[in-house]
Amino acid sequence: MSQPSGAEDSSAIELRALEKSWRGPSGPVRAVRGIDVSVRRGETVALLGPNGAGKSTTIDLILGLAQPDAGSVSVLGRAPRDAVTAGQVGAMLQTGALIRNLSVRELVAMTASLYPRALAVDDVLERVGLTAIASQRTQKLSGGETQRVRFAVALVGDPQLLILDEPTVALDVEGRRAFWQAMRHLASEGRTLLFATHYLDEADANADRAVLLARGSVVADGATTEIKGRVGTRTIRATLPDVDAGELAALAGVHSADRHGDAVTLVCEDSDRAIRALLARFDDARDIEIAGAGLEDAFLRLTVDAPDEPVDP
Amino acid sequence: MRTLAYTRFELRRTFRERRLFIFAFGFPLILYYVIAAPNRNVTDLDGTGISLPLYYMTGLASFGTMMSMMSAGFRIAGERQVGWTRQLRITPLSTRAYMRAKVLTAYAMAATSLGLLYIAAATLGVSLAAGTWLQMTALIAIGLLPFAALGIALGHALTIDSTGPATGGIVSLLAIVSGTWFPVTHGFLYDVGRWVPSYWLVQAARISVHGHGWGTMGWAVVAGWTVVLTALAAYAFVRDGGRV
Repeated sequence: MSQPSGAEDSSAIELRALEKSWRGPSGPVRAVRGIDVSVRRGETVALLGPNGAGKSTTIDLILGLAQPDAGSVSVLGRAPRDAVTAGQVGAMLQTGALIRNLSVRELVAMTASLYPRALAVDDVLERVGLTAIASQRTQKLSGGETQRVRFAVALVGDPQLLILDEPTVALDVEGRRAFWQAMRHLASEGRTLLFATHYLDEADANADRAVLLARGSVVADGATTEIKGRVGTRTIRATLPDVDAGELAALAGVHSADRHGDAVTLVCEDSDRAIRALLARFDDARDIEIAGAGLEDAFLRLTVDAPDEPVDP
Repeated sequence: MRTLAYTRFELRRTFRERRLFIFAFGFPLILYYVIAAPNRNVTDLDGTGISLPLYYMTGLASFGTMMSMMSAGFRIAGERQVGWTRQLRITPLSTRAYMRAKVLTAYAMAATSLGLLYIAAATLGVSLAAGTWLQMTALIAIGLLPFAALGIALGHALTIDSTGPATGGIVSLLAIVSGTWFPVTHGFLYDVGRWVPSYWLVQAARISVHGHGWGTMGWAVVAGWTVVLTALAAYAFVRDGGRV
C-alpha cells in the first residue's frame, strides 16, 4: 500500500511551472506563464488580479477543464479529473445562467444525484438562503438569486475543495454579507476555499492568503497583511491649494502624487521623511492624514510594476 | 443508477418546454391531419390496396421520430450556451452516463411522438394487427440509433442559433431522399436513398404496408451510420471540451 507523503497529504492544490496559451484572434495568448502555487488543505485563498491576469485560465486548469501546455497540476494529491470524478471538488464558474424548466430545489437535487456523498438538499437551500424560493422555476430568478443557486449547486456535492470564480459579482450588499458568512462557515468545517475576485476588500476580509496574478504570472503570494506590508507604502492625504502634483512627487520619500482639486494624495516609500519634507516646503498644508496602504494600493503597485513582457507572435 | 436519476430530471425538464411540444409533437400531427384527414376515404392508394391514412402514418412516423431524436441537439446547444455543460464537466457525471441520459430522453420524445401519431391514425380508421405494430415500432427504434448520435453531434458542434436551421434542413432533405412523402423505388433518389439511414427508417415503418423490413443491406447501412455518427458525436463532445 502506498502511503502518501505528509506534504502531498496536506496539499489541496499544487501548481508547478504551469503554462497555458489560448488561440486568440491575433495569434496565441499566453494566459498563464509559469505559475507555482501550493494551497494547503483548509486554507482560504484569494486569487487576485486585473482582467486578463490569468485567473479563469488557472481555475480551468485546476478543474481539469483545460490541459496545461507545460507544468503540472495536482488536486487533493491526484489528477484534477480524478478529484472531480471522486466528487471532491465543487466549483462555481464565472459564466453561467441556469438551465430552464426546473425548480430551484429540483436543480439542486439533480446536481446532488450526481455525487457519491451529497449533502441534504434542503440543508443546502437553507444555508444559502434559498428556502423561500425553492419551488420557483430557474428562469424566473433575479441575478442575485441565480448566483445563490449556482453557489448551492457548487456546494451540494459536499466538496473538500470549493473553487469560486468571481462569486459575488451579481450580489447586492446584503447578499454579499450572507455569502461570506456562508463561506466562513464552510471554511470552519475544514474545507479548502479558493476564490477569484477583483474586489480587494473581499480578499482582505475573507482570505487567509492572497495570490496576486498579473499577465499570467504570480507577482505576490502571502498573507494579505504581509502583501500590504511588503509594498511598504503609506499614504499621506492633505488639503493643499495651488500646488503642482509633479512638485509633490519630487519630495523626499514620496513615490507618487495625485491631486483632485485642493485634495492631494501622496503615496510614500518613507512617510516619515515625506511628511517632514512636505511641511518644510508647504507649511499651509492642513487636514493631514497618514494611513497604511490598503490592499488596493499594494495591488496596483505590484501589478503595474510587473514586467510587461510582450505577447509572443 | 446515476444515469436514471439524471434522466428523470432531464425528462421533466424536456416535457415542460412548451415550444418543443409544438414543434416536435404538434407539427408532425398537424401535417398528418392536413394530408390524411381530407383523404381518409382513399382506401386504395394508386392501386396498392393501402389506405392513404395508413401510408402517411408510416411516412410521418419516420419524420416525427427523426425530428424528436434530433431535438436532443437543441437541448445540448442550449445547455452549452448557458454554461451548464461546463458545470456538468466538473461533477462526477461520466461522459457515458451523460450520453445515456441524452439518448434515453431522445427516445422518450420519439416514443411520445410515435404514440400520438398512432392514436391520430386510429382516429382516421387505421387498424393493424398487434404483431405488426410491435414489429414496426421495434425496427423504428433501432433505425433511430444513428439519429440519436447525429443530434448529439450537432448539439456539441453548433451554436443554439445554427442548430435549428441545420436540424430542419437535414431532416427535410433526408425525408425527401428517403421516400417519406412519396415512394422512391428507382432512379437517382433511390440509388442515393438506400445509403442513408432514414431510408431504412421509412422502410421500418412500411412494415405495416406490406414492406419487407430491412434485409442485409438495411442492417448494414443502419449499423454503419450508427458507428460513424457515434464517433462523430464523441469527437464533437471532446473538441467542445474547452470554453463553451
